Amino acid sequence: MHILTCIKQTPATDNVQIDAVTGTLKREGMAAAINPFDEYAIEEAVRIKERVGGDTKVSCLTMGPPQAEEALRDAIARGADAGFHVCGREFAGADTWATSYALFKAIEKISKEVSPVDLVICGKQTNDGDTGHIGPGLAAWLTWPNVAYVRKVEDIKSNGTGQGGTIVVHRLMEDGIDVLEMDLPAVIAVIKEINEPRVPSLKGKMAGKKAVIPRWDAAALNISLDHVGLKGSPTIVSKSFRPSMKTGGTRIEGNSPEEKARKLVEKLKELKVI
Amino acid sequence: MSNEQSILSIPISPETHKDVWVYAEVRHDNLIPTVFELLFLGKKLAADLNEKLCAVIIGKNVSQHAQTLIDHGADKVYAIEHDHLEQFVDETYAKLLTDLLLKEKPNKLLLPASTIGRSFGSRVAVQANTGITADATELSINKEKGGLLNATRPSFGGTLMATILCVRGHRPETATVRPMTFPRATPEPGRKGDVVKVPVDLSGFKPRERHIRFEPEVSQEIDISQATIIISGGYGVGGANGFNALHDLAKTLGGAVGASRRAVDSGWISYRHQIGLTGRVVRPKLYIAAGISGQIQHLAGMNSAETIVCINKDPEAPLMKLATLSVQGDLFEILPAINKELQKCGFGAK
Repeated sequence: MHILTCIKQTPATDNVQIDAVTGTLKREGMAAAINPFDEYAIEEAVRIKERVGGDTKVSCLTMGPPQAEEALRDAIARGADAGFHVCGREFAGADTWATSYALFKAIEKISKEVSPVDLVICGKQTNDGDTGHIGPGLAAWLTWPNVAYVRKVEDIKSNGTGQGGTIVVHRLMEDGIDVLEMDLPAVIAVIKEINEPRVPSLKGKMAGKKAVIPRWDAAALNISLDHVGLKGSPTIVSKSFRPSMKTGGTRIEGNSPEEKARKLVEKLKELKVI
Repeated sequence: MSNEQSILSIPISPETHKDVWVYAEVRHDNLIPTVFELLFLGKKLAADLNEKLCAVIIGKNVSQHAQTLIDHGADKVYAIEHDHLEQFVDETYAKLLTDLLLKEKPNKLLLPASTIGRSFGSRVAVQANTGITADATELSINKEKGGLLNATRPSFGGTLMATILCVRGHRPETATVRPMTFPRATPEPGRKGDVVKVPVDLSGFKPRERHIRFEPEVSQEIDISQATIIISGGYGVGGANGFNALHDLAKTLGGAVGASRRAVDSGWISYRHQIGLTGRVVRPKLYIAAGISGQIQHLAGMNSAETIVCINKDPEAPLMKLATLSVQGDLFEILPAINKELQKCGFGAK
């Protein structure tokens, strides 16, 4: 079986810089790591590999600037077998349509030239864009079934790489859990509840350092420049701004818990929130 | 023609697209509450464009909801109805909605930013070759730019707001809308509207995704995504039993119980209650945080709550400084005292 996780290198949450021209996030020169949600995707792929056994392989795919290669090396340190890097200036400013398209073209190439992909695993969303669009969007390009918000892989059966199989997953809903079965190949997006990622082993770190990571630009993926990056994106960020943060309100004082409670309830009634 | 080519060859012709559409999500036979927010918002956008407001419903026996949607402002309802559509299955639903969008050519499409809407919307957007904005909280018509949809959304865990525009003519401009953001439309019983039953032909369609079963959440409390009041606990709650004080207060106020990442990671309460960057995002009218210091990751999940109350022993905790109302003290003394005070005022009485 061949499992592929899509990961992204994202900046730390408290360090946002905006490009004044494009209104998008400035990525160069920022402290960055694997998007926290993608760690669950990598871990789940490695767990499925351990579960299915045989010749199962885990590949990792990212799109991003040259330094995003570090995220792929980190993923290999965490148990992935190979990394692939979609990289080129032409990809900058891509929205979720253009991003999912480029990743789809890379998956097609991997399926053709390395080995057929049976399962794509994405994190629920990234911590910078927060959209959660890439998993379902990829499924649309691939014409594969997909389930997002997966909290558990109940069962997986592979008939061998590129030979199909089935996967049974639990989707966390507002009112409970939906259990769904899909034929492979398929796409899932996973939430934090699914596992606890392991720390990279020393052996893994060595493998990450040594790995040869192919780098593909739009030409290598046979993508027309009309369909990549900012130019190829249906949507643009027309402006971005910092929301007005709430600043300090009123401190409720009192000599006893009862007095504080009484004053608080009064205030809440005044504000008409209870 | 490959699927890729057929998506890329969908014509970009904004002038042929008209009307504001709302996806009326049905969950276990009921319209979810956010649908009524979408109808409120959609009505406004449609009026600004001088176009119609339409709703689309998918499922089994869903045309029973058509009049409700019309009462709440829809001028036209498209019902995609079939016995095989009882449960939401991404692949099947996305195929049916995409087919309808390509045929009817709406101008805008709004979906709830629910679990279903977020996943469904992004698949449909690619299949219909259009742009989508996730989790919008402010939406308006941009008159200077020929009636484009201004969709403003929080990103980076709410530290940055971005206004998204679909500038290259892709239609329908699509957005998922964060629940609890807009008022719900008020009904006008007996309002007139059209109901279109969309013919569904699933013969020859072999779904590769099947719904097997539903396991309902056993707790009787409302889900945090739909709660107007949330009582949330953090590391200061100290243990699973500590959450009893929060559940008691939630019961009195008719609210839901939330939690910080540390409380969930400590195993005191299940993940579905987690609020914040790695949990869920909520927008209640009243958010009471007990024993939560207020790290930026937690704020990302709740900073758009209308009123924030913080109860903490530490007056220097970040959330104490940010809260609308802050109370310094032991949550195990303050929460029961609040509960008692509320009961005195008649809250929680049967």
